[in-house]
Amino acid sequence: MTAPHQPVFVGETRARLERLFDDYPTKQACLLPALWMVQEERSWISEPAIEEVAGVLGLTPAYVKGVVTFYTMYHTHPVGRHFIQVCTTSPCNICGAEDVVKALLEKTGCRELGATSPDGRFTVIEVECLGACGFPTPILVDDDFIEDVTPDKVPGILQRYP
Amino acid sequence: MGYPHPSHPRETVVLSRYFGDAGARTFDGWVQRGGYEGLRKALGMTREAIVEEVKASGLRGRGGAGFPTGLKWSFMPRDVVKPHYLVCNADESEPGTFKDREIMRWTPHALIEGCAIASHAIGAERCYIYIRGEFTEPLRIMADAVAEAYARGALGPSAFGSGKRIDMVIHRGAGAYICGEETAMMNSIEGKRGNPRIKPPFPAASGLFGMPTTINNVETLAAVPHILVRGSDWHKGLCLGSPKSTGTKLISICGHVQRPGNYEVTMGTPLKDILYEMAGGPRPGRTFKAVIPGGSSVPIMTRQEAEEALFDYEGIVAKGSMLGSAGMIVMDDTTDMVYQIWRLARFYAHESCAQCTQCREGTAWTTRILERILAGKGKQDDFQLLLDLSENMTGKTICVLSDSCAAPVVSGIQKFRSEFEDYIAGAREPSMAAV
Repeated sequence: MTAPHQPVFVGETRARLERLFDDYPTKQACLLPALWMVQEERSWISEPAIEEVAGVLGLTPAYVKGVVTFYTMYHTHPVGRHFIQVCTTSPCNICGAEDVVKALLEKTGCRELGATSPDGRFTVIEVECLGACGFPTPILVDDDFIEDVTPDKVPGILQRYP
Repeated sequence: MGYPHPSHPRETVVLSRYFGDAGARTFDGWVQRGGYEGLRKALGMTREAIVEEVKASGLRGRGGAGFPTGLKWSFMPRDVVKPHYLVCNADESEPGTFKDREIMRWTPHALIEGCAIASHAIGAERCYIYIRGEFTEPLRIMADAVAEAYARGALGPSAFGSGKRIDMVIHRGAGAYICGEETAMMNSIEGKRGNPRIKPPFPAASGLFGMPTTINNVETLAAVPHILVRGSDWHKGLCLGSPKSTGTKLISICGHVQRPGNYEVTMGTPLKDILYEMAGGPRPGRTFKAVIPGGSSVPIMTRQEAEEALFDYEGIVAKGSMLGSAGMIVMDDTTDMVYQIWRLARFYAHESCAQCTQCREGTAWTTRILERILAGKGKQDDFQLLLDLSENMTGKTICVLSDSCAAPVVSGIQKFRSEFEDYIAGAREPSMAAV
């Protein structure tokens, strides 16, 4: 049995969402911000969380799920304590991004892209262009944007994320 | 200043003047550097006068399409019977492009000022700044700057005491290249999947929330305060090539050059000077092979084409490509063109919103055929197959994502055919396992 869903939108989080209602002419427009709030608090967006968001914004769960799955940054499965996104699109690719991916997979112990390391510490994924092509290879570790990553810098970077 | 390098003497530094200068990030710091003068001036002008000034400057959209900015603004209805909106496109995600990021990181108030002027010029009751979700640092800096601009009275119910209301909201994207397409962006703000919409209706008639809307790129909006302060003649005078291309342009250069980074040049500067002088030329012992001049969605240029081009909208078209976002991807003689074209196709296959069949199927099949060639299983017929697919992906869909996938494939086959032939003939080791 999984634990019952604890509502996200209570107290200050609820108040934060309601303040957003003033910024948009429809409640539906608060969907992306609401999903970000869920992910900030729970690190991923579960089915019950989707139902809760739908209820709060007056949408159907099916609709909300359709939106969640469109955007690559929303996690629909649990992820490691630290989530690593590596850019491997062409500009980074020609500057060695594939070696950075290899180093990250090896040093985190994640066996493959999208998998979480056995200690639950890291999940590594490949992403398309992070918009920092002049600083290859950029990676995002949680909310930290790190430029100029090379394979030899990987162990030092990982150390900062226990 | 300049970031990540000091400004090069050949640059014309306007928008990038304070890149690398953290002091420019605050409201006071920006005002000390001459900031908000453009907005103060604009608030004393009529909507029409601002639109005319921007029209006269020759400013064209810096996001990729190059549409005249003043003309776009003039499409907005004059009577504000319904709410009007401004959307600032800060979803920068065109591979090779990283200029808007630096504008937001170093000079957030320049963008806010440009957005405020444009809001006034089109009668917008609110401006949404749509920033891609991965830009965590620009998001933080922009949020702080907007809050400060409200606190200091530049935004709010009466901007700088003018009686004009200007509101601004930052909207965070969540990872979707297609949301940089203006109608997809509007859907995304509305809380929908980021599927592009069929045009017409155009945004100025029915845009965000069905209301008259203008969408402008970050760099376009950041250029507006300078035009108001220095005048349209000054802007028009920044021109070394075609009179239809005026002002300065930020160029992001990446790939195989000695000094990747952002450079700001007067329109019409020879591309050769940008590649060899500013960006420092190729790495030691190497030569350039190809340049993708305007973000990954434009045709690939050979080294010779690039070296002969003038850098402006017309100059790049004359050499068979497009200026696009001016995100320049430079590839030297070590580059496997087939592999890199496959990597671009994979990008578009991943980013297709899947609404249109030609795009959903075309980008995926293009990728798979290129994988077959890379695995040493290609056939002579694959050339025609790729070209036929590309033909069916060009000009036939709601937006131009599939056209963008076709551009590097068609130009790649045309200009680097022998590299494909080598894989097909077995003259080159496969670089991928057979699928």
